[in-house]
Amino acid sequence: MTLSRGARLALRAFTALGLAFVYVPLFLVVLNSFNADRSFGWPPSGLTTAWWAHALDNEGARQAVLTSLKAGAGATAVALVLGTMVAFAVQRFRFFGRDTVSLLVVLPIALPGIVTGIALGNAFQVVLKPLGIGLGLFTVIVGHATFCIVTIYNNVLARLRRMGTAVEEASADLGADPFQTFRYVTFPLLRPALLAGGLLAFALSFDEIIVTTFTAGPGVTTLPIWIFTNLFRPNQAPVVNVVAAVLIVLSVVPVWLAQRLSGEATAH
Amino acid sequence: MSGLAPTTLPGRPASLRRRAAALLHRRPLVRLGLLLSAPMLWLVVAYLGALFAMLLTAFWSTDTFTGEVDRTFTWQNFQDLWTGEVYRTIALRSVAVAAGVTVLCLAIAFPMAFYMAKVARPRWRPYLLIAVLTPLWAAYLVKVYAWRVILADDGLLNWALGPLGARGPGYGLTATVLVLTYLWLPYMILPIYTGLERLPDSLLDASGDLGAGTLRTLRRVVAPMVFPSIAAGSLFTFSLSLGDYITVKIVGGRGQLIGNVVYDNIGAANDLPFAAAVATVPVVVMLVYIAAVRRTGALEEL
Amino acid sequence: MQTKRLGVAFAALSLLALSACGGGDGSSTASGQGFKVPNIPAQKALGAGEGEVNIVNWAGYAEDGSNDKSVDWVHPFEKQTGCKVNSKVAGTSDEMVALMKTGEYDAVSASGDASLRLIAGGQVAPVNTALVPNYADVFAGLKNKPWNSIKGVAYGIPHGRGANLLMWRSDKVATAPDSWSAVFDQGSAYKGHVTAYDSPIYIADAALYLMSAKPDLGIKDPYALDQKQFDAAVALLKQQKANVGEYWSDYTKEVQAFKSGDSVIGTTWQVIANLVAAEKTKVGTVLPKEGATGWSDTWMVAAKAEHPNCAYKWLDWIVSPKVNAQVAEWFGEAPANSKACAETSDKSFCTTFHAADEAYFSKVHFWTTPIAQCLDGRTDAKCVDYAQWTRAWTEIKG
Repeated sequence: MTLSRGARLALRAFTALGLAFVYVPLFLVVLNSFNADRSFGWPPSGLTTAWWAHALDNEGARQAVLTSLKAGAGATAVALVLGTMVAFAVQRFRFFGRDTVSLLVVLPIALPGIVTGIALGNAFQVVLKPLGIGLGLFTVIVGHATFCIVTIYNNVLARLRRMGTAVEEASADLGADPFQTFRYVTFPLLRPALLAGGLLAFALSFDEIIVTTFTAGPGVTTLPIWIFTNLFRPNQAPVVNVVAAVLIVLSVVPVWLAQRLSGEATAH
Repeated sequence: MSGLAPTTLPGRPASLRRRAAALLHRRPLVRLGLLLSAPMLWLVVAYLGALFAMLLTAFWSTDTFTGEVDRTFTWQNFQDLWTGEVYRTIALRSVAVAAGVTVLCLAIAFPMAFYMAKVARPRWRPYLLIAVLTPLWAAYLVKVYAWRVILADDGLLNWALGPLGARGPGYGLTATVLVLTYLWLPYMILPIYTGLERLPDSLLDASGDLGAGTLRTLRRVVAPMVFPSIAAGSLFTFSLSLGDYITVKIVGGRGQLIGNVVYDNIGAANDLPFAAAVATVPVVVMLVYIAAVRRTGALEEL
Repeated sequence: MQTKRLGVAFAALSLLALSACGGGDGSSTASGQGFKVPNIPAQKALGAGEGEVNIVNWAGYAEDGSNDKSVDWVHPFEKQTGCKVNSKVAGTSDEMVALMKTGEYDAVSASGDASLRLIAGGQVAPVNTALVPNYADVFAGLKNKPWNSIKGVAYGIPHGRGANLLMWRSDKVATAPDSWSAVFDQGSAYKGHVTAYDSPIYIADAALYLMSAKPDLGIKDPYALDQKQFDAAVALLKQQKANVGEYWSDYTKEVQAFKSGDSVIGTTWQVIANLVAAEKTKVGTVLPKEGATGWSDTWMVAAKAEHPNCAYKWLDWIVSPKVNAQVAEWFGEAPANSKACAETSDKSFCTTFHAADEAYFSKVHFWTTPIAQCLDGRTDAKCVDYAQWTRAWTEIKG
């Protein structure tokens, strides 16, 4: 499409403004991690590296990151398996209720987190308690996996649609059984979609707080929960900013990775 | 390609495997059944089951004396919900906030996504996308608190606007809409960008060659083709806003949304039945919304 | 701390379960409160430690250095007693009660709205204070209170206390207020800059004000309101809402609001006032002439504790002068042990928090969750319970 020079410039200016909107608060978070003022007053009354020193030997924060990584990895793993299975079923078969299945996958992310949270939390208490299983990391993983399935499902579905079935048929014609075909043909082709979907699922889980609040056992502190409790303690709030600043910087890695992989997936 | 050659492994496992493979090959229904079993068990039994159990709870009541849930059927919670004027006000306010956030997100996301996907140099596109997605990894609460500082009476916004003689909105619903827009913006940009990227440039060129102006191409060619992506993005922004109760607590001044009512009743009053009844409001709103956007094919664009 | 306070304020059921639980065998009826107490004997003597102890506590009560290396009273306890501490942080009083019901825990730091429920439910045993040497030094004003004892039998060891004060920006509020009328009847002078605690329990603050502002309502206890008294308190809060800028629930939020000037007058905790002052903002605080609401926690021992000896050791440890001082300073509350005041790192800490000021705390009505039976002993009236308080709070905020 031929856009006038003016339109291009306007779009560029708008995008620059949009990025500024996105980055000013993030910049403020990083700045506040050096702000001598405990309640992040503006403009900063002075700069200090004290919070960074505090944060570095904060065992609670490290543990929370670890818990979040575990929860994210667990939820992503479950979602990868389940999401791929549904995507195959919906893309490769025609059956009654096919639309309902795809709707069902979307539902957990489409319904507000507080609904999913109390529904699951309540169900866990009723069903698991008699079995002697209390709320814990396990229930967090189950809760997260439920709404993460959709990201895998959509990525895999899109990939399957573009892939067609020709290569798999060729593989079968050459004598490969379904397992071999999956192992050597389908899976390598799906890998970028799985990675892209998996990373998005991981991101969703990593920053989730509402469903987590209702499904986590008292001893389970994911990073968002840790932030929630510590942001409101006077001596800890600046430390939270440090952790957030570190996350912002580190987040470039997975996002870059996801982008490369999904870029690869959409490359023609 | 040696991997594709059928390998015969000695012993029982191989033959078992072959038999299973052969069965799967011959019986597509078995394949389908196996593929659907685990996910459906999870989504139907665990998730839908939990949702229905919650809905059922809404028809029970909490005994105010013992604090135990009394499992006798009653419409009381829904009656309270329906007759309480305050709940109607809050529900409408919540839908308005969610709609406002969605419209604002779209207004910001579309031009940005368009620039990123169609105008920017191809080698810059991945970096722009990274730039837009990075905030997703910064902690939600920390971002909201950053906004609280920006919007404060002596905060960054008033500090910057001061010389111009203007003032920021302060804490309240406007601030809530603004912050929610900020939080969910990437969820709107991502699907629109993907949708636009998929749109072949040649199609847009053809439209131009056939005499359509920029606006007409946008309206008649681009808009219909990326509409499912927009609807998909709106599903995120609308639902995430409707379920939020934390942002409004931090920047919403004295305001409250439907999520707060649910949270207060379960967290504070331990009145699960009433909380469940209140929670049906966003569920119904979302189901209507899903039904509406479903026709566009949005559900496959998330 | 925030979580803890929310917990105290939020916990819903409180005494609701009381009569239901009780149970018949050898129970006695607590006078004026109308619930039965199971007959559980207190431990007679202390044996050797069991090697570990499982406790349920509020965030900040059992610090092991993981949040701040210098804040650690768990490891020294383990070293001294050989009892390994397994701490579980509860978010709300409800959660605390639920955790205690599992029977897996030996001790709990219960707030005023959970303690009586635990007693009536038979989850906790009376505490033999003779086995807790440091109990002798606990302020008299905290001993044998309605929320930690039954008929003079102690059910726990007091941990600390605090009041909900009135705070204002002295550079924006011309005359220093000495009455809650500043935020209720005269709030319009600071329209949009009044702040209040965001919890249904705040209704009690309005009731407390009405006790003296409208004596003909006959309010005796701000947690025991009949429908008429309750409606009056709710009406007052609805009227106040017009002047409220925001309700606060965590203290980072309030510190920041006072510092920035978004809030200039409203309720506060002493620790917040200190933080605001530390941020070089001029504020004044007062315990208004009407008195104030407040909170207090109690350490209790499970009736079926698997590690009772270690639990007793923990109770004694947590109220020992040095540790009690550490907890109080980390948490921002008045310590329970009178000797703790000599151990605080900030020598004026106890003065600032009015730790030894019994006259001060005699004006404080400590948080108790309202139930249908009036807590003030009235038998001819039915009181409004906490579930209704919660719904009214939604309505007040609108």
